[in-house]
Amino acid sequence: MQRKKECVAMLLAGGQGSRLYALTNNIAKPAVAFGAKYRIIDFPLSNCINSGIDTVGVLTQYEPLELNEYIGNGQPWDLDRTYGGVHILSPYQAKKKSSWYEGTANAIYQNSSFMKKYNPDYVLILSGDHIYKMNYAEMLRAHIRTGADCTIAAIEVPMKEASRFGILNTNEDGSIYEFEEKPKAPKSNLASMGIYIFTAEKLYQYLEADDENPESSKDFGKDVLPAMLKAGEKMFSYRFKGYWKDVGTISSLWESNMDLLGEDPAFDVGDSDWKIHSRNPLAPPEYIGETGKVENSMIALGCEIEGTVEHSVLSSNVVVEEGAVVKDSVIMAGSVIRKNAVVTYSIIDENVVVEEGASVGEEKSKAAGIAVLGRNIRIAAGAKVEGGKILDKDYKGE
Amino acid sequence: MAHSTVGVIFSNIHDENIPELSKHRTMASIPFVGRYRLIDFALSNMVNSGITTVGIVTKNNYQSLIDHLGSGKDWDLARKDGGIILLPPYSNETDKPYTTRLEALMSITGFLNHRKEDYVVISDCDGVARMDISDIVRFHERNRADITMVYHEEENMEASSYYITLEPDENDRVKGLKINPDVNGKGKFNLYVNVMVMRREYLIDTIQNAVQRGFSSFGRDILVKNVDTLRIFGYKFKGYYAGISSIQKYYKHSMEQLKREVRDELFGARDIYTKVRDSAPSKYYDGAVVKNSLISDGCIIEGTVENSILFRGVKVGKGSVVKNSIIMQDTVIETGVSLTCVITDKNVVIRDRRHLSGCEELPYFVGKGRML
Repeated sequence: MQRKKECVAMLLAGGQGSRLYALTNNIAKPAVAFGAKYRIIDFPLSNCINSGIDTVGVLTQYEPLELNEYIGNGQPWDLDRTYGGVHILSPYQAKKKSSWYEGTANAIYQNSSFMKKYNPDYVLILSGDHIYKMNYAEMLRAHIRTGADCTIAAIEVPMKEASRFGILNTNEDGSIYEFEEKPKAPKSNLASMGIYIFTAEKLYQYLEADDENPESSKDFGKDVLPAMLKAGEKMFSYRFKGYWKDVGTISSLWESNMDLLGEDPAFDVGDSDWKIHSRNPLAPPEYIGETGKVENSMIALGCEIEGTVEHSVLSSNVVVEEGAVVKDSVIMAGSVIRKNAVVTYSIIDENVVVEEGASVGEEKSKAAGIAVLGRNIRIAAGAKVEGGKILDKDYKGE
Repeated sequence: MAHSTVGVIFSNIHDENIPELSKHRTMASIPFVGRYRLIDFALSNMVNSGITTVGIVTKNNYQSLIDHLGSGKDWDLARKDGGIILLPPYSNETDKPYTTRLEALMSITGFLNHRKEDYVVISDCDGVARMDISDIVRFHERNRADITMVYHEEENMEASSYYITLEPDENDRVKGLKINPDVNGKGKFNLYVNVMVMRREYLIDTIQNAVQRGFSSFGRDILVKNVDTLRIFGYKFKGYYAGISSIQKYYKHSMEQLKREVRDELFGARDIYTKVRDSAPSKYYDGAVVKNSLISDGCIIEGTVENSILFRGVKVGKGSVVKNSIIMQDTVIETGVSLTCVITDKNVVIRDRRHLSGCEELPYFVGKGRML
């Protein structure tokens, strides 16, 4: 008997995430820090292991080094397995044809042999740019129950935002009769979450056909799914109710971080029934000093806080010195906010130094923009970085 | 050099010094500074000095220790060759489990024989320090020592149940060695910190010789009796050292961690390893007041915490005030509680409006899993 895995997950992690600007200068979007100790990719990976899926291919392309290092052998997610486990799949040189991944469908197609090795009945396609907790096993059960060839996870979005998504128009039983990519006049508000389960044979069949089609842009949403629907394949939606956020923009990344805060947070990462696993920092407990004040915030290990932190999310080993104020901000690992500096409504990447008395960002309001400081930069003492500015190099003030 | 030292850690020795915390666990697995166990310091020192094999000698109550260590991967000690090797007590009809350090060493000669490293470093778990073991091995080599004993100069020492003081000469050669001398109120002493280096073969020979002669005490029969003939050298450890020899010392040294300079020395390099629990980062709610405190991951704080250490997953409810206290893992402090100079062990629940207080000399201790 041939050994097999019922379901193999393929996680698309090659995107540049260009709308995160300075935050993805040197790293892929799924490697961006989130929620004080996590990275975006921790969520789909944790969902996989918590759903009992232990074979995951991670497709990387743009700036993969840090992501590769972060995933390593997959041990933090219990994905270091002798059979299965997590594997990085980067574009490779082949005998016939070598190329970069041209689109989401092409990326999966180029790794057909990886999937086939596990002889799966089903393939789960995921993307690495959403924050959510989802039991893929339930979705798989629905896929099997309906006898679908493809099941697309879908969530209701506000009608006015529907034209930003791939919209599913469905019958009462959840079967899809129409798929519209970013429609100008959406007929429904049921948006595709970019999470698909395919019956494996159908996936191989349509990927092959798509590869041979010179007209195709080799994308699931634009090409493969419409082609399947056109051919009359059985496609179902799977309704997801819960928190789901695309963190592909500065403002959505900021909002999603803030959604973790408070007594009754919109999104709870502290749920012991659905643990979010990650690579943990090697740091002692955070220290809040005599002059420190921390309210309505999330703080990671190794932070040293002598200043004021309000409504903010701080990753490991962040230092906030005496007199400094951090408000409505996200600060990533190892950054230092020196004495009397003020950081407001900002996202600060790793290992940034905001020198004494400098000010970054502006008071949060409807008109205000989020200030963003890229990695390793230094804001000179007394300098002022305006709200909404995005910096990726040292700044001495104007 | 790096790979030619094997580590041996005694997990149970000194348990009797701190019965409150070692009732259900080994000295090695006593929680310390929010997210560590005492063994993390000895283990991290070894790992950071390039040691890849550590034998851990256990005797009793080592369930929590096994749980903590797992496969050893969190210390990079899940290895094909070596890694963490648990050495549980050995007994049969004629041999009883060991009662002394020497008997424990006798019971692990099989392990020592199988290793190939040149040196052995033996460490207990009662000391908290960031120590470079390779420097001690170099010192040992340089002095062509038989035995190197690490000591720390202690002022105002208090007697515990078993301790050794050293009298090294100007060349670091130990000329005098005393077991349990009268130290109370007598100024400075060179306290042996229970870290020792020997050549592996020398240790095996010494053990065999001791078996043949019917010796039972390493300190009395080997060290004290032979201090004039053996080349015993004292390595002075000049860094921060916290000897956990009583619950009072435990409390005192825990509270010292609130000082930046102590923390910088112990944790500044961010190289003390411990078990990963995947807790969420700690959350501070509106109205939280936290001053001069260390807070571990997974805590949720709504009340006031001052001069205290919170372990992982502690909850401090609204209107509760925690001062000068050590609150261990998953303790729940409900609302309107007041705690001053309290140590709670794991999984304690302090119900609404309870008031508990001890004093620094005698912290109020609440045992594991209790509900008050």
